[in-house]
Amino acid sequence: MFEQIKHNLETIEGIETYPIISLLIFFAFFVGLGLWVFSYKKDKIEEMSQIPLND
Amino acid sequence: MEMQQFYYDNKIVKKFIYATIVFGVVGMLVGLILATMFLFPNMTDGISWLSFGRLRPLHTNAVIFAFVGNAMFAGVYYSLQRLLKARMFSDFLSNLNFWGWQLIIVAAAVSLPLGYSTSKEYAELEWPIDIAIALIWVAFGINMIGTILKRRERHLYVAIWFYIATFVTVAVLHIFNSLELPISMTKSYSVYAGVQDALVQWWYGHNAVAFFLTTPFLGLMYYFVPKVANRPVYSYRLSIVHFWSLIFLYIWAGPHHLLYSALPTWAQNLGVVFSIMLIAPSWGGMINGLLTLRGVWDKVREEPVLKFFVVAITGYGMATFEGPMLSLKNVNAIAHYTDWIIAHVHVGALAWNGFMAFGIIYWLIPRMSKSTLYSTKLANFHFWIGTLGIILYAIPMYVAGFTQASMWKQFNPDGTLTYGNFLETVTQIMPMYWMRAIGGALYLTGMLVLVYNIIQTVRAGETIEDELAEAPELQKISAGRIKGEKYHAWLERKPIQLTIFAVIAILIGGIVQIVPTIVIKSNIPIIASVKPYSPLELQGRDLYIREGCVGCHSQSVRPFRSEVERYGPQSKAGEFVYDHPFLWGSKRTGPDLLREGGKYNDNWHFNHFWSPQSISAGSIMPAYKWLFANEAMDISMTEKKMQAMQTLGVPYTDEQIANGQKDLRAQAMKIEESLKNDPDFVKSYDASKKKAEARGEKFVPMNEREIVALIAYIQRLGTDIKVKDNSNK
Repeated sequence: MFEQIKHNLETIEGIETYPIISLLIFFAFFVGLGLWVFSYKKDKIEEMSQIPLND
Repeated sequence: MEMQQFYYDNKIVKKFIYATIVFGVVGMLVGLILATMFLFPNMTDGISWLSFGRLRPLHTNAVIFAFVGNAMFAGVYYSLQRLLKARMFSDFLSNLNFWGWQLIIVAAAVSLPLGYSTSKEYAELEWPIDIAIALIWVAFGINMIGTILKRRERHLYVAIWFYIATFVTVAVLHIFNSLELPISMTKSYSVYAGVQDALVQWWYGHNAVAFFLTTPFLGLMYYFVPKVANRPVYSYRLSIVHFWSLIFLYIWAGPHHLLYSALPTWAQNLGVVFSIMLIAPSWGGMINGLLTLRGVWDKVREEPVLKFFVVAITGYGMATFEGPMLSLKNVNAIAHYTDWIIAHVHVGALAWNGFMAFGIIYWLIPRMSKSTLYSTKLANFHFWIGTLGIILYAIPMYVAGFTQASMWKQFNPDGTLTYGNFLETVTQIMPMYWMRAIGGALYLTGMLVLVYNIIQTVRAGETIEDELAEAPELQKISAGRIKGEKYHAWLERKPIQLTIFAVIAILIGGIVQIVPTIVIKSNIPIIASVKPYSPLELQGRDLYIREGCVGCHSQSVRPFRSEVERYGPQSKAGEFVYDHPFLWGSKRTGPDLLREGGKYNDNWHFNHFWSPQSISAGSIMPAYKWLFANEAMDISMTEKKMQAMQTLGVPYTDEQIANGQKDLRAQAMKIEESLKNDPDFVKSYDASKKKAEARGEKFVPMNEREIVALIAYIQRLGTDIKVKDNSNK
């Protein structure tokens, strides 16, 4: 069955680039997220984590 | 800086809490009734609206949307106002959200038992209710975003990010999965068919768990756990990583519900990979929640609220470890369709959602009624009996799941199935069903203790009023980045931009999945022998949907030797091209029905629907006596149904549609004739005819009753492929 279905996907144009594009998006996302988080200043982080306790 | 006075809206929080409690009791009670039906399958014999198939969606919808939904709104309305130092944007929208939501719940509670169901799991409600859900959900979203815009706190705390993601994603999921073509006020057909419908449904189903049961409750965790423990969250940095990676990854994982199905392999594998990766953010969040309690574990000993939170977060950790494991193909091969899945979802629902909700209720009610909890002892009792209930529920279901899977797959040395009769695999696990019902009863008992405790607390306390607060007005600063301001700091004070980024994060995964799905429609191999359903079969299929057969019977044969041996050739994508909606199912309390057609004769099915136990002693299938009632089935919609199908791409000719009712009658007559081959049928048929005459009632011939349509549909199942297989040989 799977071979049969794989065959159908092969007929979708450009399907082979799908996994590569997915990987790139994925990689870029987490690199960006990592940079974002670790460039925070400590006092800013502390200020924000105090928000729920300030009401 | 000028201090501004304003009132927090506590009354709306109170309303949502009361609704949570009421619908919690209802949802759990229906669950307990269903658990009891495994033991006494005919306890509501003959009452169609209390039958298992119709109550099951009521249970799932009541727990997810009524109990957890109301708890979510209560928690969001309380925390959002305080995190933003502002009253809700609009009292009208708050109340519209509340009353609209309750009305939707009541509509569900009436329509589901009456059999108005689309059969798509957790999206069973028919189209008018779907539209109402969309409108009320948007009202909630406007109210939330409006509050964010008039806030007095510059930065949006991470909990609010989770609420925003919840709002936008549920809206997207609900709309796409509910696209259906109405044929009347109470009936519609999914615009998608077969494989495509399955992919969209589980993209929705999986993400409903993610964005209705998980993200809002994570937001609540990030507010209430620090609040109750009176210390900030363990790591705010981790919570940022948790948020973005969770919403980014979750949306890709839907296809793990369709492993070994007729879904394309690459989509299945994509679902697996992303499910495994989900462990990281999920456990990051769990650890963040638990470590917030570092240094205050002594408080956990005394404070029942924290006890509930600890078990809830632990349950979240367990369920989110188990989920990725279940999505591994080799584990899924064992667990799918078994009671293991039932155990899995109940760890999530009972521990994570239930215990978070209980903790929040026990904390909020005394606070808002300016009193103390009536009895900490009773709350502790609730905690322990609830925990015991979860254990007694989950463990027997794990055992049952493994037992089922091993028995289904067991072969004799001569290559035949050891348990060729499916029923043997059911009777084997009856003791587990007993224990599960006891576990559920304990959990419900705990809930009733909560009801008593809360009533007493409210009676002793003051009337819940809006709470006066004051905060300085938010100074206007540049909309752009100010000098020295980092990009993320800017983003966090810009809610609209943050929302747009969140939408992009969820849409990336969504698009990667949905685009190929739409493309694949034209890429599914056409199987020449697969023909549209006849009018009578279509009628029968709608009865199959109405009675909720899909709750216990799958229609998907996986490519395993054990399944091919038991059920017949494996599923092929091309078989389902006319299935609006697909009916693959997710649970096998009874056997798969994909190749059921022609296995037994019409009389067998006739007798079996009348009394399953008379055919298979020990069966736990309920009887469907109302399908035999002396009433003509409603076939007035036949042409409309066929026209709707034609619009959706099913190749009915105009002539076929014009002759719909005539063809339906002709096929029904044939089935009645074949039923007459059984002398017992003839005898009892004549007897009932005489009885009706004696009573002066109009006698409706068998071919006009519903049962005939259902038999026609069952006898059709899988027969297209059987023909093809023979022609190939």
